[in-house]
Amino acid sequence: MKVSFPFRDPGISRLIVDKIHEVASELNHVKIMDFCGTHEWTITQYGIRSLMPKNVELVAGPGCPVCITPGYYVDVAIRLAIEGIRVFTFGDVYRLPGSSRDIPKNLEEAKSEGADVRIVYSVSDAIKLSKDGRESVFLAVGFETTAPATLGPICRGEVPRNMSFIVVHRLTPPITRYILENYPQSPIRGIIAPGHVSAIIGASEWEFVAKDYRISVVVSGFEPIDVLLSILEILRQIRDGRAELVNEYSRIVKWEGNLKAKEVMRSTCDVVDAGWRGIGFVPQSGLLLKRRYSDYDALTKYGIRELSEEAWEEDLPPGCKCAEVTLGMAKPTDCPLFKNVCTPERPYGPCMVSSEGTCLIWAKYGGDELLRGLREEIRYKG
Amino acid sequence: MSNMPSDDDFIKLSHGSGGKETTRIVSSLILSLLREDMMAVKGGIGTDELDDGAAIPIGDGRYIVVSIDSYTVNPPFFPGGNLGKLAASGTINDVLMMGGKPIAMMDAVVVEEGSRIEEVREIIQSFIEILREEEIKLIGGDFKVMPRGQLDKYVITTVGVGIAEKLIVDSNLSPGDKIIVSGTVGEHGAAILAAQENFSVEGELKSDVQPLKHLMLSLIEEFGHSIHAAQDPTRGGLAQTLNEWASKTGHLITVNEAEIPIRDEVRAFTELLGIDPLSLACEGRVVLGVSPADADAILDLIRELGYEDAAIIGDVKKSEKYGGMVVLESVAGGLRILEPPSGTIVPRIC
Repeated sequence: MKVSFPFRDPGISRLIVDKIHEVASELNHVKIMDFCGTHEWTITQYGIRSLMPKNVELVAGPGCPVCITPGYYVDVAIRLAIEGIRVFTFGDVYRLPGSSRDIPKNLEEAKSEGADVRIVYSVSDAIKLSKDGRESVFLAVGFETTAPATLGPICRGEVPRNMSFIVVHRLTPPITRYILENYPQSPIRGIIAPGHVSAIIGASEWEFVAKDYRISVVVSGFEPIDVLLSILEILRQIRDGRAELVNEYSRIVKWEGNLKAKEVMRSTCDVVDAGWRGIGFVPQSGLLLKRRYSDYDALTKYGIRELSEEAWEEDLPPGCKCAEVTLGMAKPTDCPLFKNVCTPERPYGPCMVSSEGTCLIWAKYGGDELLRGLREEIRYKG
Repeated sequence: MSNMPSDDDFIKLSHGSGGKETTRIVSSLILSLLREDMMAVKGGIGTDELDDGAAIPIGDGRYIVVSIDSYTVNPPFFPGGNLGKLAASGTINDVLMMGGKPIAMMDAVVVEEGSRIEEVREIIQSFIEILREEEIKLIGGDFKVMPRGQLDKYVITTVGVGIAEKLIVDSNLSPGDKIIVSGTVGEHGAAILAAQENFSVEGELKSDVQPLKHLMLSLIEEFGHSIHAAQDPTRGGLAQTLNEWASKTGHLITVNEAEIPIRDEVRAFTELLGIDPLSLACEGRVVLGVSPADADAILDLIRELGYEDAAIIGDVKKSEKYGGMVVLESVAGGLRILEPPSGTIVPRIC
């Protein structure tokens, strides 16, 4: 049975890869950052690194919402769970380690010690289950993609009074600006901008990357051919001395985004400075429920303080390089713990937990050196 | 509190999911206690090989093949079958994968107090129906009841017995061999996952559970000498089977993603959840490692027997540097390592 998805066609893929090699041969070393965890997944799942010329390096960015969720909020959820409150969360967050040593390491461990922790696939499942009247908390992580889904029911009054939220939603353009601003030595020459996020916020939100920092930026879809086309576009721009915003994913992403979803975020939340795991406080990068919705804010409801910049503490385990990996400054293989102390079965750092975490993806599917070697070994005709 | 119990002190679900963690805990709890001479009957196959079953020589060049497995599935009734059909088919298949012709079975049925007798009857009827169709005797068994709340409904353990002229021992997989899969993969795992989570796609996803006696006995009869390895890719799916073979033999296994048969429904469902169909269980498929000269003829025979989706999906290679790995060439032409599944399967969020 041949796969017949047009965006995965091996013949088209080969043509684009040939073009990439042709354009790259006129360039020096080029580092391209794929922002989004799902892009990193596509790149590894389809072996795109093994198809790149030697001078084109693909690095992952901070696009795994689980990896950058501060340990503080995981600890809050674990403590509430131990106190008998039912905690709902997405599967990826289930094994995410907190940062306190005095309580179970993650929600999975809290559950195996008797706490009521439930994995759900959507907020609406959690709302349905909460109609039974039990005190419940939803640990809401994610970028602009998931935020409207969490926040919509709150502003529509669909959430029962016994349910509240730990809102750890984070915004993607501010962290991108933060990286470009704070790491001017970064050799990133192009950015593959997140497709799902852009469907919400609009492609226009990425224009600053090209305008303010003279870096090529392409909003990309998630099929292998989308990503290959985006890489080719970035390389062509670099060759021609251009830095522009291009929307490769125009079949889904509009220039202005999804106005309804944006309105949901705007009407329920204030944009605030917010913590990113391993990175610290990033200006105007998080969502906080507005005061009129504070009944739904688990931290307010249970009298727990919000995380503040003054109280920010290093929340990565000792020796963990997740922050550098997240910022695209290091590869997982640069970390001495990688596949050594830190493995998919026993994750040590947050990037080894989520299926979108760069370290987990590399551990499962292999990084670039290994794949290049393998390709030669099996005399792959590439 | 410094005396908090650590992660290592508890059995977790992932210890039973059939992947790396299962291998590790079985080694540490059981195999580490066995002296080498306790692992197999002289001249036979045992826990030293960790194949689909065990073999004991019976003197005339033939072997008795024995296989045991416990079955528990939530929900016990799922699209395409139920626990009884699964318990019969799974063990029949394990005997076949060793090269044995299954002739008899024993079962141990454990039921939770308060279960509906009609439901138990339906499960047992399906179990017996498979044995009748496959002409296998039920030569003994056990029936127990556990107090309410001490068991999640039912556990059925089955022991399968067969006779083999020539054993199929997976460690015989050799460089140059071709990898064949007898049909579309991941269907049982996807159907169960959908049923557990009440996904509305349920109707389109059906377990592939079925005994493979006719297929395997025909293959063994015609091409016995060319079949070097055979496994039914149950827990951990195709990814687990290929990784077990690669690490057992120290060879490199390469597979071509475009050739791996997967139903569109399964592909759509697994992509939605962000899980890999190659790590989902099959209960009615066989993966074979066969000598290259007969690969096409074997494929033709499998298809003639009604398994039209069967395909040659990969090769076995000798490799100094990358031995023990499974590498997959993606539909886009790139390479990725196909890891054995680990952890319990949880969906990703966006």
